[in-house]
Amino acid sequence: MSLINLFKIAIKAILNNKARSFLSMLGIIIGVGAVIVMMAIGQGSKQSIREEIQKNGTNMLTIRPGADMRGGVRLDPSAMQTLKQADYEAILNEAKFVNKVSPEVSTSGQAVFGSNNTTSTCYGESTDYLSIRLWQVEEGLFFTEEDVKKSAKVCVVGQTIVKELFPNGQDPVGKTIRFKNIPLRIIGVFKGKGYNNWGMDQDNVIVAPYTTVMKRLAAQTHFNSILCSAVTEELSDQAIEDLTAILRRTHKLKDSDVDNFTIRSQQEWMETMSSTMDTITIILVVAAAFSLLVAGIGIMNIMLVSVTERTKEIGLRMSVGARGLDISNQFLIEAILISLTGGLLGVLFGALLTWGCNTLIGYPAIIPMWSVLVSFAVCVAIGIGFGYFPAQKAARLDPIEAIRYE
Amino acid sequence: MDKKVVIELQNVRRDFQVGSETVHALRGISFQIHEGEFVTIMGTSGSGKSTLLNQLGCLDTPTSGEYYLDGVSVRTMRRSQRARLRNRKIGFVFQNYNLLAKTTAVENVELPLMYNKEYSAKQRREAAIAALQAVGLGDRLEHKSNQMSGGQMQRVAIARALVNNPAVILADEATGNLDTRTSYEVLVLFQKLHAEGRTIIFVTHNPEIAQYSSRNIVLRDGKIREDVINHNILSAAEALAALPAPQDD
Ligand SMILES: Nc1ncnc2c1ncn2[C@@H]1O[C@H](COP(=O)(O)OP(=O)(O)OP(=O)(O)O)[C@@H](O)[C@H]1O
Ligand SMILES: [Mg+2]
Repeated sequence: MSLINLFKIAIKAILNNKARSFLSMLGIIIGVGAVIVMMAIGQGSKQSIREEIQKNGTNMLTIRPGADMRGGVRLDPSAMQTLKQADYEAILNEAKFVNKVSPEVSTSGQAVFGSNNTTSTCYGESTDYLSIRLWQVEEGLFFTEEDVKKSAKVCVVGQTIVKELFPNGQDPVGKTIRFKNIPLRIIGVFKGKGYNNWGMDQDNVIVAPYTTVMKRLAAQTHFNSILCSAVTEELSDQAIEDLTAILRRTHKLKDSDVDNFTIRSQQEWMETMSSTMDTITIILVVAAAFSLLVAGIGIMNIMLVSVTERTKEIGLRMSVGARGLDISNQFLIEAILISLTGGLLGVLFGALLTWGCNTLIGYPAIIPMWSVLVSFAVCVAIGIGFGYFPAQKAARLDPIEAIRYE
Repeated sequence: MDKKVVIELQNVRRDFQVGSETVHALRGISFQIHEGEFVTIMGTSGSGKSTLLNQLGCLDTPTSGEYYLDGVSVRTMRRSQRARLRNRKIGFVFQNYNLLAKTTAVENVELPLMYNKEYSAKQRREAAIAALQAVGLGDRLEHKSNQMSGGQMQRVAIARALVNNPAVILADEATGNLDTRTSYEVLVLFQKLHAEGRTIIFVTHNPEIAQYSSRNIVLRDGKIREDVINHNILSAAEALAALPAPQDD
């Protein structure tokens, strides 16, 4: 029998039993919808992480203490204190492919002004910080080399700090707040940046000269990290090589020693973040895929019932010349059609969920085109996989016994 | 007779296993049927008529013995080959119509041709319409099976058996559920097909019907008890004309 006729028969059979067909599709609809929205969330997150990183300047390099930990080996805390003033100075004086450097020290604590207080983090940076991070001061000024040299008790604050400590709309510039009981005079306010992808409020920051934070707030002699800007994005790799050589020398490492610091470019960050997102997405999609498996079993169940109900019809078709193959194709196509229709509705359902994600929750989600194609392919596979057994059962019926079946 | 042998049975037996007992439905049947014969098969209920017809229709295979259709052994064929044979050479009218539910007359009649790739959709429809016209249902093409009377359904079933232009037409109680007038109408149809040279095998309970065929085989307990040629074939058309006119009230 020709494919067109088989499709006609299948459509008729499905329409003859609309409610039941829809119920057997429901599992597929939900499963495909879940897979689509999961993939969309994964894709959307990846995209916005990429944008986020790009916003921070694609030529930023981050030097952290300790060996590369992507292998998962944790070192003792002393190994995390290897970045010192000498390293910073060596980079300033010798590094060929970086034009901006800022050591970073951070400490968390209470910021207080009058009767208002809020928990925040104070970052100690150099004057290069603004241009490395591509941040902007909206009001007032950033601190100067002079402030760094004198460990001046000045700071630049983010919008959240302004909102929390100056709820009545006072001008914060010129006011002195206390952070961990140390008075810091506000000399500038950052332009708002909003939340980043990890849900971190990027406006809940206080930035002060690194010397001030090290001496007066954190009481530490090592840096948490050193941020640099490569001259251009293309020179990032060369810059990393150069910086590695400098730091190995200042750290007096032997040829056989591994690096006790890690330098990452933004590209690497992007890759790490996307592969993390990929892993999370895969886990979510696998979970959703299990519901498709269950849906497939549902289809098999319905098809078995359908074969039993239509035993007489099968017998009749056989008696007028249908071969086993014709019969099994008929049921296989019916199963594929149910599953594919379910898949189509599922994609629409997934698109609806994605839309809801974007507009109602505000979470960025983008449906990748290939996930739609993969969903359809999976639906066809489910139809064939779970329709096969019922179809075989139908094809193996004995024509006479089938036609006598009541 | 010098005509070609269409059907040849050689000591055909068919046993059914029911629990621990064996039912011998056919106990060694042998006969030849030539092209163009109109054979009625009679016998008491349970004598094996339907079982025999299923053998002839290639729906079932003998437990032992040989069945040659057009000289080819059916017993040794594969399932798909027998399906093809049913599709191309045999027209089967079932004891209880067996039409597809919720399906129009013309679609029911098209069914055998759906499994024949040589027919296009257009040819299929034309052949189905021609077959329905031949059984006098030219004006009922789009009626669904549940919108028709018993006699009409019987005629749709006959049209379906004719549509593939079969070498052999097998009918199991094709008049069993019909009133006298409709029975004669169906008989007229079969006599017409006989006159066109078709080979017909017609199972019936009604001894009168044997008078309209060219040969009568009587079964009892799965064996042939009687096999006689009818030299004095009556005309069903005349008998139909002689029936009292239907009362229209
Ligand atoms: N599938 C089967 N399984 C077991 N026994 C069967 C089967 N088919 C037929 N029989 C037995 O074979 C015998 C012949 O049955 P068959 O249907 O051929 O009779 P029949 O002559 O057509 O009767 P009727 O005139 O009532 O239709 C019966 O005894 C019946 O019980
Ligand atoms: Mg019978």
